[in-house]
Amino acid sequence: MSDLISSIVDNYNYLIYVTLMMIGLYAMIAKKNLVKKIVGMNIFQTAIILFYVSIGAKKDATIPIIQHGHGQGAHEITSSVIEAVEYINPLPHVLMLTAIVVSVATLGVALALAIKIYNQYETLEEDEILAQIREK
Amino acid sequence: MRILGIIVVILTGALLIYAMGDFPSWANPVSPAHNHVSPRYIEKSMEETSVPNIVTAVLADYRGYDTMFETTVIFGAGVVCFFLLRIPRKDEPTVRRYRHTLTGMTIRVKETRKIPPVLEEFERIDTLWAPHDLIIKTACRILVPFLQLFGLYVIAHGHHSPGGGFQGGVILGASMILLAISHDLRTAIGRMSERVHAILCPVGVFIYAGTGALCLLLGFNFLDYGALAGILHVDPVTARSHGILIVEIGVGLAVMATMIWIYNNISSKGRYDEGL
Repeated sequence: MSDLISSIVDNYNYLIYVTLMMIGLYAMIAKKNLVKKIVGMNIFQTAIILFYVSIGAKKDATIPIIQHGHGQGAHEITSSVIEAVEYINPLPHVLMLTAIVVSVATLGVALALAIKIYNQYETLEEDEILAQIREK
Repeated sequence: MRILGIIVVILTGALLIYAMGDFPSWANPVSPAHNHVSPRYIEKSMEETSVPNIVTAVLADYRGYDTMFETTVIFGAGVVCFFLLRIPRKDEPTVRRYRHTLTGMTIRVKETRKIPPVLEEFERIDTLWAPHDLIIKTACRILVPFLQLFGLYVIAHGHHSPGGGFQGGVILGASMILLAISHDLRTAIGRMSERVHAILCPVGVFIYAGTGALCLLLGFNFLDYGALAGILHVDPVTARSHGILIVEIGVGLAVMATMIWIYNNISSKGRYDEGL
């Protein structure tokens, strides 16, 4: 039992992301309203982004910007001076930086499609749209 | 459907929580993610690109292809929103509302054909949202230039501090969206017309891809900024730093234009007359 609790405490960040991801997935599957589905998709993306950023964390390390890396004498800094343990992992930040902007762009496209659907069917509820399609 | 959804969600969550036991603990310095390509980036990026911000160096140089196509995705999203929603309306809406600028009185005009051509003391307002708030308008109008200055700083200083094209572009776009929200969409479009967005958005992607193609023409690999050393009269390592800056400017332009473009199209349902 104490093992279980300690493993939960050690990995609480993953639990948060799994919970967020489940909320987003549930909203995408079970909600009838299309805008709620889009919000669910964004929550899902947020969970993935948080997951990646947490992978980049490193104990006793600072942000991935080389210290004293500008101005005079910056060119003397070589790989022998820089220790990889002093800086957090830059790679997840790079991936998520682009992913955040792309998620905004996909949100825009999704909302544009929702507007088109609303113009066509006068509703955003999925079951009402399906009923209208079947009538035709 | 709801029950099925709950079952699927709980199964997925249980699977992930089961796999969680094998994950490294929080901020563990020896976890696999920190041990392969990441130390290479941290130790060599300053030497190879002379950019202190490793995120910028990896984003625009080591992973230049990735970022180029992310920019293309954003451009594509803007174009998709435009083609889905834009309605080239020649006919004006039949009802308009005007506000008398001196007294604050609003009038409603049903027959737009009978509007006299000169309406100096009246300004057009949205039909759905009438209240006029001087405090919000003034505060946002004062804020916008500082936001844009900050956005330019974030783009230009991305080599030395957190920032870069994506973040600065979003800040620049947000400043124009703030103008559109605080005043109305017509004011924002008056400052920056649809044509400007439609030109800036591909120009940003073109700057990025064109830099890559220029390196290719100079006999190097695509997006190998060391090739620009001859043109910029600097050593190849500094040329990489300058190449990253050029590319980030392109990204910033594309992101800014796309954010405003998407907002304008969605908030006015493609009519560009009355926004939120």
